[in-house]
Amino acid sequence: MTAITLDNVTISLGSRRILWDVTLDILQGEFIGMLGANGAGKTTLMRAILGLLPVSAGSITVLGHPARTGNRAVGYMPQASAAVSARINGRDFVVAAANGHRWGSPLPARDDYRDADRALELVGATTLSKRPLTELSGGERQRLLLAQALLGGPNVLLLDEPLISLDPSRQSAVIELVRRLQRDLGITVLFSAHELNPLLGALDRVLYLGSGQAALGPVDEVITGPVLSRLYGSPIEVVRVNGRIFVMSGQYEVERGEHLHDDGHDHHHDHDHGHHHA
Amino acid sequence: MATIIIMITTTGITMLEYDFVRNALAAGGVVAIVAGVVGFFLVLRGQTFAGHALSHVGFAGATGAVLVGISPFWGLIALTLAAGLAMGLLGDRVSGRDVAIGMVLSLALGLGLLFLHFYTSFATRATSLLFGNVFGVDRGTVYTLAALGIACLVALAVIARPLLFVTLQPELAEARGVSPRLLSVLFMAIAAIAVAEAAQIVGVLLVFTLMVGPAAAAQRLTAGLGRGVLLTVILALVETWLGIALAYYSDWPTSFWISFLSGCAYFASLSPVLLTRRA
Repeated sequence: MTAITLDNVTISLGSRRILWDVTLDILQGEFIGMLGANGAGKTTLMRAILGLLPVSAGSITVLGHPARTGNRAVGYMPQASAAVSARINGRDFVVAAANGHRWGSPLPARDDYRDADRALELVGATTLSKRPLTELSGGERQRLLLAQALLGGPNVLLLDEPLISLDPSRQSAVIELVRRLQRDLGITVLFSAHELNPLLGALDRVLYLGSGQAALGPVDEVITGPVLSRLYGSPIEVVRVNGRIFVMSGQYEVERGEHLHDDGHDHHHDHDHGHHHA
Repeated sequence: MATIIIMITTTGITMLEYDFVRNALAAGGVVAIVAGVVGFFLVLRGQTFAGHALSHVGFAGATGAVLVGISPFWGLIALTLAAGLAMGLLGDRVSGRDVAIGMVLSLALGLGLLFLHFYTSFATRATSLLFGNVFGVDRGTVYTLAALGIACLVALAVIARPLLFVTLQPELAEARGVSPRLLSVLFMAIAAIAVAEAAQIVGVLLVFTLMVGPAAAAQRLTAGLGRGVLLTVILALVETWLGIALAYYSDWPTSFWISFLSGCAYFASLSPVLLTRRA
């Protein structure tokens, strides 16, 4: 049984076609890095796997069952939103998601607290239990979100851009943590990101989205000029330097450009000393 | 010192001998609890301005009701409820939009004024609608407030967990099968009734003092949810009862005292001394 199967899947948002006739299999226990330009459909695909978005054609199967909402086997970490601005402590925040969909009792059950404490421990966030969310750093909040995704012991973990707005050292800490959890718990991870290089050491296969198409496979087979040129619809050159990979469109690096677009001026200094466009 | 305590105690006892004072304390107590708890979620969801607007819509309902010969209380509840349901249905498209809400609020106040204009002998009624008249509450109203308040709290208890989930983590809650719109509608209906209740005590213009003040102060002082709700209720009760007592002594308006105490508690909660010790 596969973890996630897409069978001739087409997904549209309004009149825009995000994915067009995509077929792929993600195996159980795989760490998949999902990449692609902004708007390529990374979040859309995750929402479809969660059953939040209907497919216009084809079918999505998760652990042998059609994708649907309320599937406890799928853990989900949405992109960190600024909406989380409540002055509420870390433990209550995580517990709110433990069986939080249940109507009837205003108080979480003892099992919900146990589940939350276990998840907090898994991500090393027990010390954040009593601290208000508003006083946590981006990386600390990220760990609480990850703890929420781990509630109920899911077999498949969908992580939407967990590295966004984290500095490089925090990025590698998050990747290491997810990699360790994925191995220890034996779960499947779909991890979307802007940049490939931080993930190179962790991922088993890469899923690259672009132009409504998808390419899934080992890094060496997917991150190539011909495959990416097809996905971007323009000539792409792949440059490998000291185990790092740069995807270039003409004289611009594709991922850097995307990164710049997304974060605006917040991280300008990152780009100044990254590398120079020859 | 001792004489002051004796004076206060004896006045306290004589104060309690009056029916209208007992009714005021009972009504104030019921409403403080309901407004406090519901307000806690209102603050958490960032919908305080929507709550404020609900009460203004209620003003048009109350004055309109008198014009057609219905009790203003039921007119107020009917219109806050209708407005609450509408806001819930429209969801984020409206409840986060300050301008849209502000316009609805002004329109409702304007309409209320028009209805007053047609019903000219209504000046005192208008003041008590706008600023409350807790000493005018009769026994029957206390029972009505209690029944509605209990209904409000029971309904809130039933939806509390999914409401909290969808408030704190909307995407994840949706993936778990929680409907944000359904909860938004249900919660705004509950909030509408709580607003209507609060308006009976402090008037439509000052519902913020009971719905928002205690909850906002409590959320500054503790980051625990259970403790936050408890502290909100305690603050709301103390502010209301103390406000009623002070009004009895001073003969100044009750709503002034409650809004004053509510403001004091909130601004004290912002003080750096308390901030360093919060956890």
